[in-house]
Amino acid sequence: MTRMIADDLGVAAPVAAAAVDQPPRPPRRRRTWRRSAAPWLLLSPVIILSAAFIVAPVLSVFWNAMFERKLTEPWNDAFIGLEHFRFMFFEDPKFWPSLGFTAQWVLVEVVLQLVFGLIIALVVNEAFRGRGFWRALVFSPWAISGVLTTAIWILVYNPGTGIFRLLAELGIGDGRQAVLVDPDSVFWAVVMAELWRGVPFFAIMLLAELQSAPKELYEAAAVDGAGRIKRFMHVTLPHLKTAIILTTLLRGVWEFNNVDLLLTMTNGGPAGMTTTLPLYVAQLATQAHDFGYGSALTVFAFLILLIVSIVYLKLTAFSREED
Amino acid sequence: MAVTALQAPRRRVAPRIRTARAFSFHARISLPLALYTVFTIIPFYWVVLFAFREPSSNSWLPFPITFDNFVFVWQEVGYEFFFWNSVLVGVLTTVATLALALPSGYAMARYRFKGKRAFTLALLCTQFIPGAMMLIPLFQIFNSLGLINNLLSLAIADTVFSLPLAIMFMTSFISKIPFELEEAAMIDGCSRFHAFRLAVLPVLGPAIIAVGSFSFIGAWNNFLFALMFIQTQQRFTLPVGLSYTMGEFGVNFGVLAAGGIVAALPVIIIFAFIQKYLVQGLGAGAVKG
Repeated sequence: MTRMIADDLGVAAPVAAAAVDQPPRPPRRRRTWRRSAAPWLLLSPVIILSAAFIVAPVLSVFWNAMFERKLTEPWNDAFIGLEHFRFMFFEDPKFWPSLGFTAQWVLVEVVLQLVFGLIIALVVNEAFRGRGFWRALVFSPWAISGVLTTAIWILVYNPGTGIFRLLAELGIGDGRQAVLVDPDSVFWAVVMAELWRGVPFFAIMLLAELQSAPKELYEAAAVDGAGRIKRFMHVTLPHLKTAIILTTLLRGVWEFNNVDLLLTMTNGGPAGMTTTLPLYVAQLATQAHDFGYGSALTVFAFLILLIVSIVYLKLTAFSREED
Repeated sequence: MAVTALQAPRRRVAPRIRTARAFSFHARISLPLALYTVFTIIPFYWVVLFAFREPSSNSWLPFPITFDNFVFVWQEVGYEFFFWNSVLVGVLTTVATLALALPSGYAMARYRFKGKRAFTLALLCTQFIPGAMMLIPLFQIFNSLGLINNLLSLAIADTVFSLPLAIMFMTSFISKIPFELEEAAMIDGCSRFHAFRLAVLPVLGPAIIAVGSFSFIGAWNNFLFALMFIQTQQRFTLPVGLSYTMGEFGVNFGVLAAGGIVAALPVIIIFAFIQKYLVQGLGAGAVKG
């Protein structure tokens, strides 16, 4: 799948393009309009649904962003142009810190998930007894939702009978940490919880890609006397490159947009320390019912995401041409 | 535990080499796997501990076992409703996603047409839209459709947002199936639809399971939309019910853990069953080039 996406983005897909589009060869002669209409007919339900529930809402966000629009104050509804954006950049005390945390959160999550996910994928790609079982086990947190992850890790972090109490009984630490309200530890506490369910995603995607690695190349490299590390650097990594670029991009976007875990685990606290931009938007929407300013923040979040993604794709595609 | 369960492949080699190989095997595989398994299992351990342990107990083992927490969440907290609401939304979403992704995936895999590239790009772009971004406009849309506080709004939203990946997945799977299969059926006089049903659909089993489970898990886990669109407790889905439990019964960790197990068990079972299809299916896209 990653390869297919790569084709359409125009990045790093050296071998893929050739046999992808097989033109249908119907045995009987058909009228051409039927043939050219068929794919669109098959796609039409999806297109209609997406237009109604994705395209129209996205456009309406841009529209709402220019209005004062609070469900709680319907009498104040008015067109205010770019006023929300001026407030956002120059007056809102929560905006810049949340932007900073968003960047930190996405970067740390994606890098750590990639490193651990790659290690796990390499490990469970080897042949050993009970591999299927271990795969299912270490991948299982992937299926768990953000809210559920929160519930689970709240139990682990619980000062009374959680992991720090167990460690204290084993003689490590004093077991009193309330990690989720302590400004010093809250970042790594939420990062750990998200890693727990995020690493399996990378492991699954990269394992899928590893399984299509060309065996001949490994054999050739082994014959040439390349050791494990050399084979990894010169065969495995280049093979995984496209997949790594795309999974880090997708995951980066998802971690950027990740709201349920942070909302339920810390609700952005303590003191707004763990508020990402989308979480801020969600709080405005569900708690303050401020649809106007929420929409303006959304527009900004959307543009930032778009720009960073394009830059990332350009940079990674560029570095590919170098080697 | 992990270390003992794994053994190096048996080979007839000189003893010293065998020892070296075994060491390298443990260093490369058993050790990282054991460490990661511990990391994976620790949270599950605490959930099981709290869910099955007597509330007054302070032991590190859930003995004597009690099921009171489960009875309480099911009968008193409202999981009876949350659970079936989630099942309903999940099943509706899965059926709708499959019904839409199959023909779309077929069209993308088997036809060459103008705008195909743009369509794929558009699908991909949907992944960049923050879920939080859709909260406000979708609320307005469902409000005007009279679907606020109606589970149908969740099923619709979940379907729409599970479709892009479902279609990409279907496409890569269908294009792996040789077109000659359908061609042969059509030469034998089948219509294109019949050829699809007889030659393609039977081989699509794993893809259907994978895509279906994917969308079910997505709908089962969706929190934000449910938080925004559902207002009465009787219609809460599991994630909202769970977050409500955290606020309301925050001190009662037994209730939280039992609720967590009720919410996690179905998806974990589904996941254990599909993970090999998932890996195959995701890899399928890569080998077709």
